[in-house]
Order: sequence, then structure tokens, then C-alpha cells
Amino acid sequence: MTDMRSAWRTLDSDLLRSIALICGSVAMVGVSYGASAVAAGFPLWLPVLTGALVLAGSSEFLFVGITAAGGNPFAAVAAGLLVNARHVPYGLALPEVIEPGWRRLLGTHLMNDETVVLALSQPDLVRKRAAYRLCGLGILIAWPLGAFLGSLGGTQVRDTGAFGLDATFPAVILALILPALRERVTREAALVGAAIALVASVYLPAGLPELLALSGLLIRFVRA
Amino acid sequence: MTGNRVLLVSAMLTLAAGTFVFRLVGPLLRSRVEFPPLARRLLESAAVVLLTALVATTALTQGHDFAGYARPAGVAVGGLLAWRKAPILVVVIAAAATTALLRLAP
Repeated sequence: MTDMRSAWRTLDSDLLRSIALICGSVAMVGVSYGASAVAAGFPLWLPVLTGALVLAGSSEFLFVGITAAGGNPFAAVAAGLLVNARHVPYGLALPEVIEPGWRRLLGTHLMNDETVVLALSQPDLVRKRAAYRLCGLGILIAWPLGAFLGSLGGTQVRDTGAFGLDATFPAVILALILPALRERVTREAALVGAAIALVASVYLPAGLPELLALSGLLIRFVRA
Repeated sequence: MTGNRVLLVSAMLTLAAGTFVFRLVGPLLRSRVEFPPLARRLLESAAVVLLTALVATTALTQGHDFAGYARPAGVAVGGLLAWRKAPILVVVIAAAATTALLRLAP
């Protein structure tokens, strides 16, 4: 576990393909992110730098969207932070995938929906860590790189809808989360939580519905 | 835009710092506090519950509205294939292709 080569040996080829695919989709969404940021009047470096430093796509879309529409930048920060609050329960659930020592800071930065779901899908700690790190580093490159290419490309590639790209993120997460949903107690909590989130999304700002979904965990106590 | 650039960059850096703190809280807390077994199980389920909710909201909604039928249909096709143990590449291509084709239809 000391270098990238051992990570390659640890991970089977199906998982490596998953990681490559995730990074590819992230890069393509990054292209549309960079293109829409530049089209909204932001300088080229902004989506690239934001991509590398924030490294959380949906909060960045929101941040750029709100400031581009003339909103207060710190209102945009609040909206982005609300979306990113889910990293707290992610870290509480999987503290062991962050390696100790000097890697800790980088490992912390690499936490996102994709790395967390990949780590969850792995059977043991060695593979959890390797999947998390490799996918995280891939996204750290793919997301700002996509944003950079998108800012160069200008306005032609803004519409990801035409290629069905918007369906790939939920599809990948769903595919990776399915094994965990085999356990009945977790599945019931997840389904109740998803229903709560869907209803809440009609009324509440982005990020909050997913956090409210956590109340689905209480179903365990209702039945017990 | 130039006049606001300092404000914009400080806002972006605040978002980056705040997000990093959120990422840091969980592992830091777990390394300092010993949680009872039930709490640990709940925390592990919490990630699955969050991700499932994220699938539901990103598949079905766009802002506060319904995303239209094409996207959830694509995600459903992908989910079905994943359930039948199809490789992830097939899942993703089928999901994107279903959504894209449904959007072509009038």
C-alpha cells in the first residue's frame, strides 16, 4: 500500500474500469461546468481553480450559477456549503479510509460522493483505501481538467442533456450502492429517506433534502 | 467583474475552506470519540441513506421541479442492468443512451 502500483495490483479490473468510467463522466460534466462558467462571464481560471480547491461539483455549479445571476457571493457560499454538509456524515461513516500521517490532508480533500460510494462497495479495508485514493486522485485531475477544456471550448458543449450525461451520475451511484441495499434494515431506511428527500426537494434549497433523508434511519426504531 | 474579483475569489476560498472542514469533521470526531456499536452501525447506514437520497433527487428533480421522464427512465434502465450484474460500463452507456434517445423522441 505504499505506492500506486500496489493500488493497481489490489484492485480488480472491473473496479479499475469503474474508476476510469467515473473519472471520464466527471471530466465531461467538468467540460460543461467550465463552458457555462465562462459563458456566464467568469474568467477561464475561475472554474479550474474552484474545481481543484472545492472539488465538489454540484456546490460549484450552484456557486457559479448564483454569482453569475448577480447574487451575493457569500449567499452563494452558504448555498454551496449547504450542499457540501453531507461530507460530515460521509466522514463519520468511513473514517478509516482516510489514511493517517501526511496523506491525511490529501485523503480528506478527496472525499466526495463517488469516492465514498466506491469505498463502500469494497469488501475490505485495503481495497476500500485503494479504491478511494485512486478514484479521488483521478477526480482531482479529471474535474479541473474538464473545466479547463470546457472554458476553452466556449459555448458549444454546454448542453450535457443531449447526450444523456445527466443520467450517468445517479446511475453510477445506484449501481455501486445496490449491494449495500441488500440488507433489509438499511434498505428500508434508504427508501424512506429517499421519499422524504423527494418531497423536501419541492420546497427546500439544494442539499437540505438529502440531509433530511437521514431521518429515514429512525425507521429502525419504529419497528423495533 | 474586475472590481468584484477580490470578493469573488474570497467567496470561492471560503467555500473551499468550509467544504474542507466538513470533510475533516467526521474522521476527526471518530478518531477522538469512541462510538457505541449501535451508533457505528447507524453511521454506516447513514452514508447509504444519503447516497440513495442523492440518487433519487438527482434522477428525478431539477431544481424544485420534476426533471422530466427521460432522465429517471435512463437511471432505471441502468439500475435494472446493475441489479442483473451487468458491468458498470454497460450500466452507464445504457443509462445515457436511454435518456438521450427519449429526448430525441417528440
